[in-house]
Amino acid sequence: MSSLLEVSGVSKTFDGFRAINDLSIQINEPELRAIIGPNGAGKTTFMDIVTGKTIPDVGRVVWGERNETLLGLSEAEIANKGIGRKFQKPTVFEEQSVRQNLAMALKNPRGPFAVLFHRKTAQGAARIEEIAEEVGLTNQLTRTAGELSHGQKQWLEIGMLLAQDPRLLLVDEPAAGMTAEEREKTTDILRRAAQTRAVVVVEHDMEFVRRLGCKVTVLHEGHVLAEGSLDHVTADPTVIDVYLGRADA
Amino acid sequence: MTQGFLVTNRSIRWFLMALALFTAVVAFGSEASGAGLISTSLVKTLGKTLCLCLVAVAMDVVWGYCGILSLGHFAFFGIGGYAVGMWLMYARTEGIVMSSLSAQVIPSTPTEVSDAIGSQIFGVVGSSDFPMIWAFAHSLPLQLLMVVLVPGLLALVFGWLAFRSRVTGVYLSILTQAMTLALSLYLFQNDSGLRGNNGLSGLQNIPGFEQTSQATISLVFFLASALALGLGYILFAWIVAGKMGSVVKGIRDNEARVRFLGYRVEGYKLFVFTLTAVVSGIAGALYYPQAGIINPAEIAPIASIYLAVWVAIGGRGRLYGAVIGAALVSLLSSWFTGGGAPDVNLGFYLIQWTDWWLVLLGLSFVCVTLFFPKGIGGLFDYIVRKPS
Repeated sequence: MSSLLEVSGVSKTFDGFRAINDLSIQINEPELRAIIGPNGAGKTTFMDIVTGKTIPDVGRVVWGERNETLLGLSEAEIANKGIGRKFQKPTVFEEQSVRQNLAMALKNPRGPFAVLFHRKTAQGAARIEEIAEEVGLTNQLTRTAGELSHGQKQWLEIGMLLAQDPRLLLVDEPAAGMTAEEREKTTDILRRAAQTRAVVVVEHDMEFVRRLGCKVTVLHEGHVLAEGSLDHVTADPTVIDVYLGRADA
Repeated sequence: MTQGFLVTNRSIRWFLMALALFTAVVAFGSEASGAGLISTSLVKTLGKTLCLCLVAVAMDVVWGYCGILSLGHFAFFGIGGYAVGMWLMYARTEGIVMSSLSAQVIPSTPTEVSDAIGSQIFGVVGSSDFPMIWAFAHSLPLQLLMVVLVPGLLALVFGWLAFRSRVTGVYLSILTQAMTLALSLYLFQNDSGLRGNNGLSGLQNIPGFEQTSQATISLVFFLASALALGLGYILFAWIVAGKMGSVVKGIRDNEARVRFLGYRVEGYKLFVFTLTAVVSGIAGALYYPQAGIINPAEIAPIASIYLAVWVAIGGRGRLYGAVIGAALVSLLSSWFTGGGAPDVNLGFYLIQWTDWWLVLLGLSFVCVTLFFPKGIGGLFDYIVRKPS
């Protein structure tokens, strides 16, 4: 296990609101990590900063063995370094087939001309089959993504992430709106993915996090409040105070 | 791959067959072929319509597929027309000047010839000097290069600036419209070097083919327009059919997702914007010799808005929809405004279509947008079942 992503001393203020306040998180490879926290704790802003959507006011975001900084790179450049992101709301290309969605995400040259003259390969097709199998969409490959159920769309998006073959997956609330059975399957997919890569799951749902059975980071007001096993953090009185003690937790 | 792509896309084969059939009917019915069933002016109208269809297909790619509502593609069309028009006008004037000067005893110096051509062309705006931009006007190959280069470079620079700053949606439309308006206003000036509001005229006379009848010339341009439309259609259909099409449609539907997949969205938009601008320029270069005249009013923003209306009525996101929309609306437009449609007397009011056509067009645009967002092309979905 080595450090893959290191976020240190990062702060970000939006119109006077401190979304992230001196945040430091370190993610190893491979690792499965859950980030929990109440609304407004800065979970999504954290993802925005790592993926290049938001530039922090201060702090460092360092990636990989060669300790490259990710700050100042575009979203596409960061994605090509090996960071995949799943949005909270399932965002797949609804008008296109499941296969086309996966094919677009498949790790291949990303330039316009390479894509224009792209030829379908047997390896590519096999990889798509493999990923579809992994996320349980084998029978849905020819369907239009818009016709899929909510849970299937979430899996398709996770499949698109896997197709990118990233070293780090950032997954925002994958279980939102899922049935108990679908949640279980999602847990399995994420746990398997985390055997070879780093997977960071942002989640509200404690039951889901418990099932992931991984190290947990609790965010509060843009800062790490506690870190450790779920039992450890849930026993922490400050955590109970700000998060678990609340009625809506 | 190209072969496979033609075989697997039925709509392309249907379109190409329909185009070939239409072209053959017009060609054999034209005055040039001796049948005389189709008048030369109708051949010109149909040839021009094919050019409009081509620019509409380009518009459909940039708007219907890539989601960029450009209100500048008719400007690129006009630039193509100006580029070819400059050569047509120069070469023809040169021919006339040479033949009149040849009657003189003392041979004219090249400067005298150049001045004579200049005063012929620019006398109308009170000048006789050739502006810089006419530097290549003597050469057909160079002006044909301009047909491609000028719209291409303009689109490249403009698109690079706009897409890099992540200007999207209605703001981008406004920017493209501003570009179009600026270009048109510039061309209206007498010292723009392109004869101000007079524009370029006499473009139907092709230098070197003075003895050829307009019937034959119009047929040649008609056939060239049909060929250009066919090739342009195949090119764009190929682009939007493959993985490129996936990415481009992805950008239209969710730009951020495409970015996070690792695609540099700006590069793709720039590619589509520039390529469609170049094709628009080529369409314009074929259109204006058939129209005979080009002036800055042709480039005015309203023309680009019409282009968007054609594509919307025909059906965005399907290339044959753009062709149907452009052909139908532009032909109807010339029928209604050309006095072809009979006036309707309501007793208390006389509806004259020359005045009311725009109202009708506007209403149909609103109706299509509200009730048939897929446009006329959407009707094909009911006829043809999608192969699963």
